[in-house]
Amino acid sequence: MAAGESYPDDLSYHPEHDWARFEGDEAVLGVTWYAQDSLGELVHYEPPDEGSSVVKDESYGEVESVKAVSELISPLSGEVVEVNQAVVDAPETVNEDPYGAGWLIRIRMTNPAERDQLLAAAAYRKLLEE
Amino acid sequence: MSYLSLTDADREAMLSAIGVESIEELFRDVPEGVRLRRDLELAPALSEAELQRHLSELAARNVADEVCFLGAGIYDHHVPAVVDAILQRGELLTAYTPYQPEMSQGVLQAIFEYQTAICELTGMDVSNASGYDGTTVAADACFVAKHATGRARIVVTEATNPQVRQVVKTYAPGFGLEVVEIPHEDGVTEPDRVREAAGEAAAVLFQHPNFFGCLEPAAELAAAANDAGALPVAHVDLVSLGVLEPPGAYGCALAIGEGQSAGNAMSYGGPHYGFLASRDDLVRRLPGRIVGETVDTEGERGFVLTLQTREQHIRREKATSNITTNQTLLALAGLVHLSLLGPNGLRELGETCLALGAYAKARLVDAGLELAFPQQHTFKEFVVRTGRDAREALKAARANGIYAGYPLGRDYSGLGDSLLVAVTEKRTVAEIDRLAEALGS
Amino acid sequence: MKLIFEKSQPGRRGLAVPRPDLPVPELPAEQRRSMPPRLPEVAEPEVLRHFTELSTRNFGIDTGFYPLGSCTMKYNPRINERLVGLQGFAGLHPLVEDDAAQGALELEWELQEILRELTGLDAVSLQPAAGSQGELTGLMLFRAYFDDRGEGGVRRKIVIPDTAHGTNPASVTMAGYELTPVKTDARGNIDLDDLRGKVDGATAGLMLTNPSTLGLFDENIEEIARTFHSAGALMYYDGANLNAVCGISRPGDMGFDVVHFNLHKTFSQPHGGGGPGGGPIAVRASLEPYLPVPVVARSGSAFRLDYDRPKTIGRVRAFSGPFGVFVRAYAFMRSYGPTLREMSEVAVLNANYLLARLKEAYDLPFDRLCMHEFVLSARTLKREHGITANDVAKRLMDYGFHPPTVYFPLVVPEALMIEPTETEAKETLDAFVDAMLAIAREAADSPELLREAPHDRPVRRLDEVRAARDPVLRFGFGVTNEPSPESVGARQDDEREIA
Repeated sequence: MAAGESYPDDLSYHPEHDWARFEGDEAVLGVTWYAQDSLGELVHYEPPDEGSSVVKDESYGEVESVKAVSELISPLSGEVVEVNQAVVDAPETVNEDPYGAGWLIRIRMTNPAERDQLLAAAAYRKLLEE
Repeated sequence: MSYLSLTDADREAMLSAIGVESIEELFRDVPEGVRLRRDLELAPALSEAELQRHLSELAARNVADEVCFLGAGIYDHHVPAVVDAILQRGELLTAYTPYQPEMSQGVLQAIFEYQTAICELTGMDVSNASGYDGTTVAADACFVAKHATGRARIVVTEATNPQVRQVVKTYAPGFGLEVVEIPHEDGVTEPDRVREAAGEAAAVLFQHPNFFGCLEPAAELAAAANDAGALPVAHVDLVSLGVLEPPGAYGCALAIGEGQSAGNAMSYGGPHYGFLASRDDLVRRLPGRIVGETVDTEGERGFVLTLQTREQHIRREKATSNITTNQTLLALAGLVHLSLLGPNGLRELGETCLALGAYAKARLVDAGLELAFPQQHTFKEFVVRTGRDAREALKAARANGIYAGYPLGRDYSGLGDSLLVAVTEKRTVAEIDRLAEALGS
Repeated sequence: MKLIFEKSQPGRRGLAVPRPDLPVPELPAEQRRSMPPRLPEVAEPEVLRHFTELSTRNFGIDTGFYPLGSCTMKYNPRINERLVGLQGFAGLHPLVEDDAAQGALELEWELQEILRELTGLDAVSLQPAAGSQGELTGLMLFRAYFDDRGEGGVRRKIVIPDTAHGTNPASVTMAGYELTPVKTDARGNIDLDDLRGKVDGATAGLMLTNPSTLGLFDENIEEIARTFHSAGALMYYDGANLNAVCGISRPGDMGFDVVHFNLHKTFSQPHGGGGPGGGPIAVRASLEPYLPVPVVARSGSAFRLDYDRPKTIGRVRAFSGPFGVFVRAYAFMRSYGPTLREMSEVAVLNANYLLARLKEAYDLPFDRLCMHEFVLSARTLKREHGITANDVAKRLMDYGFHPPTVYFPLVVPEALMIEPTETEAKETLDAFVDAMLAIAREAADSPELLREAPHDRPVRRLDEVRAARDPVLRFGFGVTNEPSPESVGARQDDEREIA
């Protein structure tokens, strides 16, 4: 059961359809409703290793549906402190709850100033309309 | 003779429906500068009877009736009649790749059964639906290993089929891979040499039984690779796997080979099929088609192409391979043959090859010839030194109606006097006696 | 229907093998197979019945109309199957000395000559095993050509249109090149403005199918050729759509330097459920030195395999290629002779006839005459009735047709790519039109018929998500031999299960 379309205001967004939620010097990352809707029901999540580095605007992993595979583009740079094993076990969680239970990784940011380059919900929604 | 059915009346009606006067108008978008304005310079069309005459004449100019002791990767095994009968079923023969699974449950289930059979024979967890042949699956395996390990070197034994090594070397530059060869010692490979070279290797590729028919120290070669963090890749013969321990049992990451021995006529080199099987942690890196089991909307079991996101039609430039059309029908032939044999038939087939091979070795030695690698155990093939240029020995044997074997001089230095002799279940004691007589003295 | 493994009973056997009265030598214990493979134990009659039953659950060209775009599902002549089985072909080992293979080598030579005439190019290699391998081989030839001229380091890019078949970009990657995509314009041609900015001294070449996957002949092909050649780059022709232009326009005359053929499309090699195929290539003289080895050579009336090729890119496949495929393709070509042109004319006529009769009921992205295939879109059906191209495809099965290609090319949403080929009778084409028109009406009046289709196949719609999420890629083997309708139970017993 896919979630209804939404782009919560308390998140920041990257044009490659990823979101970030900030918690102190850490951030939780995931993909937006638009991303999971385009891919269709997810069947596989290939996460990075805990302890590895992610770099802003670069790929940190992949998600797959039956008909497509998509790289996950990191909105921020940092070190992976946790991978959401629940999504590895049940990738469809992302379709059901892309912003809650469907989070993908938690990182410790190495360059918090990068947050200013991300989009607010309204700006991201505008991008989708184009 | 053409296969067109349109009559003049049909054409008129169709042109009218389209709204043009002539077929020529349909090509109006083709610029004049690239139009061919003459007839094709080809011999006139042949009727079916003339076609059969012409092709029969060509076939008759091949010499296919000398007793065949030639192997070197392609073998004169018996192809059962049931295989031919099934391959002629038009629903299978003329079907496309099963992208519409509801129209293709026959092919899909057959591939699923084939994948199962390959896993059983090789002891691996997952198999694809086939590769082009026994050489290109080696290139495929190198590509998998590169992406799985991040390393850029391939170690391959010299005792691996020369054509397999040639194809790997053709693909290697595009993959960014360096290829290192380990020379054979007395017809087999020394694991310590592999250990020395495998440090930065993505894969160690070895053939077992090897090109000389010798049994390699396969478990030690695999261990040497694993210890160095390289993927052991065994190139094996399906017919041997009724009597020999399979790659999955001795630590290999991938098992590959040429499937022709199971179900395919020799046919001057093809079409045949390559098989490729792996440990299950590598499944998402495998090239080629893979069939999976699922259910339909009413809960009935069915089969579909799956994990298609690896493939070119979805992943495009990030695909694990560009392979599309593979060798399904030939793999299906292999499945039918293996289904007829069963485990006991396959074991007996292997034992017959072993028994006839031992008899041939003994008769040749009695006739005064020397085995090149007398210390080694062999399966289905062995190397004999003829005491002269092997091509001369072959010529003399052929004059007596015996195609005695494959001269090794072109591929291996120091073996210019040697023939690689293959003995399958189709050979008889009488034929082997003639071989010994033809080569001896 | 059960798997053959589910029909297995210990003690049954389908094939006896010769057992000479000779001792079997002992193998070393560590080399000997310890656990027998679980191949099925079934007697011959049941094996034959099993695979016969499988065939009845399948649909081939022999069964009915099969209009997959860019696949060229034409009739596979049955005489070719008889010819391939001649002992002089089937029983010939590939490593016999050339004197024993003169018939085979002559056939290969003559096949090459026909391919040269069809392309207007100079030299041929028959070795590549399929179209994709032909593509990769062609790109390797590019690299060898530029390396030989000292330009290998700079020429890194291959230009490919956004309508290209997925094998093209995959081949580019495998050959170690970078991809430069170029757009398609409103007429379905390569967008020349987009192209001009993308071709320079760093370009190795173009990969193009012409006509394209839209079934449209690129009207600017001469300008495109000038653009690439004046930049010192090469042109590669993907021969998947050659059925449209045999004897009409030759790829060499269009300006292409390397061409691959799909013998299993244009030249009637049966598809076999996914192969075999044949992907030979023809090249301009400037690329001839780099061809895969061996090449077929001729001295007077004798033929041989020539291995003395110092500049070759190497071997791409075993032996000289898939010989049985050559026999069929050659026989097909000899049965047409110069009337191969008529084959293409009728292929194009049949496609335009279907296009003319279907374009009102479906959306037509490019309003032009087509070549041998055309693309329609179900986007209006989707917008107005929620019916997709996939639904149309599944409902066509109820009418007894194999669906066309769907969702390709990617530039057309809800795409239906239709290629009838030249071997279809007008009555078949008319029946297909009637079915497509009926389905368009059903989309409005009774869409559930489409959504629940197919109704009459061995299975209903299959759950592809489940197959990808929880892959079961081989039989799991139950504890007992009791037949289980699905292998779920068996799966739990097999500890080697795929997670």
